[in-house]
Order: sequence, then structure tokens, then C-alpha cells
Amino acid sequence: MSDEHDIDPHGEVSVDRIRLADEYAGESARHGAVASTDVAEYAMRLGDDALVLAQHLGDWISRAPELEEDVALGNIALDLIGHARSLLHYAGTDTGRSEDDLAYFRDEPDFRNAWLFEQPNGDFAHTIARGLVASVYLVELYAALTESTDLTLAAIAAKSAKEVDYHRDHAIQWTVRLAGGTEESRRRMIVGIGDTWPYVEELFRDDELVERLAAQGVAVLPSSLRAGFDAMIADVFAEAKLELPTGRHAYIAAGGGRQGKHTEHLGPLLAEMQVLARAHPGASW
Amino acid sequence: MVTARPSTSSATQARPLPIDPAARRAWDIAATVTDPEIPVLTIEDLGVLRSVEVEDGGAVHVELTPTYSGCPAMDAMRDDVVLALTHAGYADVDVKLVLAPAWTTDWMSEDGKQKLREYGIQAPTGHAAVRGGPVRVRMAVKCPRCNSLNTREIARFGSTSCKALYECLDCLEPFDYFKVL
Repeated sequence: MSDEHDIDPHGEVSVDRIRLADEYAGESARHGAVASTDVAEYAMRLGDDALVLAQHLGDWISRAPELEEDVALGNIALDLIGHARSLLHYAGTDTGRSEDDLAYFRDEPDFRNAWLFEQPNGDFAHTIARGLVASVYLVELYAALTESTDLTLAAIAAKSAKEVDYHRDHAIQWTVRLAGGTEESRRRMIVGIGDTWPYVEELFRDDELVERLAAQGVAVLPSSLRAGFDAMIADVFAEAKLELPTGRHAYIAAGGGRQGKHTEHLGPLLAEMQVLARAHPGASW
Repeated sequence: MVTARPSTSSATQARPLPIDPAARRAWDIAATVTDPEIPVLTIEDLGVLRSVEVEDGGAVHVELTPTYSGCPAMDAMRDDVVLALTHAGYADVDVKLVLAPAWTTDWMSEDGKQKLREYGIQAPTGHAAVRGGPVRVRMAVKCPRCNSLNTREIARFGSTSCKALYECLDCLEPFDYFKVL
């Protein structure tokens, strides 16, 4: 216990002695909490939403319209990866799988994200439109989930709520800016919103699982979030002088992501995300 | 088991209670670990170090809380805590990351804020606000170099999760701002 200033963390002590088993212990390990099968399924839905969106956003790094947006979209992706890690870690406690097992070694039908999150980046306006819907929904979701009777979910929600609030600011600012910018930026924003809106409805769909969990105070009923979502979107659209899509854009996509049915966009995303881990299982660096 | 935990009063949120010497000694060692991306700040200054417990047998349990969910510096800080304590002679050290209560810039010490400013990063201004509607009202951010309030935000996201990028319209220097969370 000599002079603490002499400590060289990379000196004599081998990193082998670090107990990485506790790597992302979080609340679940602290309370010894193991998710039930229902709770694990619910956590997987939320974790997959975050993971898939983060993977898409990473594609923008070095390709965004300006350097600041490379940084912004990369930072948003990083927050989402953090949420996904916590949620998938918890989901894995039911079956003894790690967050990496769930991210890298599940196939497409085992992913539980809603269709919105797997829709392609498109142009920048499409990414902003998808980000707007996602972040307005996630702000409502995590605010409500903070009250969950499941302490682990409540803790993850309280942490995530602060971060998605900032993501929502980013999406709102760009929606207003693109809609009020040039004729071309406004045209693209309207197209982006039109192409995104068919995937809104699935986010607010209840099913037996969430009804069971909501009855115990664990989950938030997706349908209960719709009014808050609509009110916020109405405010943003009023500011941006935009209107809700009509005509061919007013249709509702079939959805089914929560049951493992996906659009053609998820497969290529997973292939890229998983290829390294599958080519070298167990590798670390 | 003895525990050193920050007191709950807001003025000393990031400070340990001066209680049992064993826990306090381990706390003081863990508290020397710095943020690899902002090396002037210790994890104690940041409010990231939440509790240190020392069992009668000498096993140490440390709790850290992440600043941002995906912050890659957390892994380095966790490893450095284990290494610092192991190096100081504790054979059995484990570190847990805890999410609740969620970290806030309110936990950053006044010392830490001063060190940040001297380093050229403006410290969080004001306290974490309870947010309501879509309209954000933000306080002016002071230039850490010339103290001018005549500054503007260049980008809402900066070089790390915790920062935004500003520029001073008087001394014309760009600077990082540690965002209120």
C-alpha cells in the first residue's frame, strides 16, 4: 500500500487475473435476478430493437452528410448498443446464454425486433424519419417502464430513458430542418416519412405475452404508448409543417417481428453483424 | 462486511463517508483510477465510483455505474480498478456495473468540474433538468478559456458520448462541453 501514484495498472499484474465473468453484471446479478421465460422474451424484444437499429446506424460512419453527423449517428448507435447489452444480458439469464450468444448465434427467425428497426437506412432523410419514430416511441416506452415491478427492467429503463431523450432531440431537429430547408430536402423528408409510416403500427400492437406481463406490472402495454406518441408527432409535424402520410403511404405493414417473421432486410444485416463471430467462435481480442 | 458509500446529500454526492478504515483504504485506491478519455478526472470525481465493500477475509467488492450505457471507457475503468486494487495487495477483487440509480452529472464533484475547466472542457452547467415537452431551453455555456457567454453549439454530439462541441464567438476557439445528463 505504498504510494498510490506509483501504481502502474499495466505493470506487474497480468490481465488474466481480471474476473471477466462479472463483466456486465448490472442489476440482475446484483440482486441475483434471473428472468422468467416470459420476461426473457420481453427483454429480447426490446434488446433486439436496440441492437438492430444500432447496427444500421453504424453504416453511416464516414458516409453521413457532414462529419458532425458521422459522430452523432455513431454516438446514438453506441447508446443503443449499451441498452441492447443490458437487455440481452438479462434475457440470457433464463437460458444461461450470454449477450454475445444472443447477438451473434441466433438466426433470423429467433430475432424479435419490430420491422421498423430493420428497415434500411435509405437516404439521410429516411434514417431521420426512422430515427424520429423510433426515438419518440422509445422515450414513451422507457418513461413508462421505469415504473416496472421488475427491478432489472426498471433500472435499464431509467438509464436508457435519459439517452433516448437526446436521440429524440436529434431526430426532431433534423426533421424540422430538412422539412424547412430546400425544396429538395423537404421533398426527401416527406418521402422518408411516407416510406417509414407503414411500420409505425406494429410498435403499438399488444399480444398475449405483453398482456400477461402488463397484468403483473412488469411490461408496458404497447397500445398504451400510442397517445403520447401521436401527440409528440403532431407537435413536431406542426413545427415542420408536415402532414401524416396519406394515400399509398397510409397502409399498415403486416409486421410480425415479435414472432420472428421479418422483412428481407434483416438477413443481410445479421450476416454482416455475425460473420466474424461465427467464423471464429470463442475468439476474443 | 464494511461499506464505504457516498453520502446522499447533494453537495457531497461523489464523496465517501469517512467510516471503517478498511473500506476507506480500498476506496481511496479505487478512487485513483482515471477516465482514460478525460485523464484529469478520477472515477471518484465523475461520481462513477459508487461503493466499495471489504469482507473480513479481504475480498473487495466495488460498484461502478456507467456514465452512458455504451461508454467504451467503462471497460477500461473497470479493469483499471481491478488492477489498482490487485497491485495494492488485494487478492480477490470483483467489480460490478450497476445501472440504478442512473448516473447524473449532478454527481460530479466541484473539484472535478474545476479540473475539467482547467483541462479546456466546460463542465456541465446547472443540474439535470426534469424534461417535459418538445421544446428545450438551454442555459448559455461559458467558454472555458475566456469565460465569455457568447458561444454557440457546433454539434450536439462530440468526441465521446458525454460531450458536445461548442465554439466561442469572442476568442474564436472551439471547445468541448460536458453535457448535463
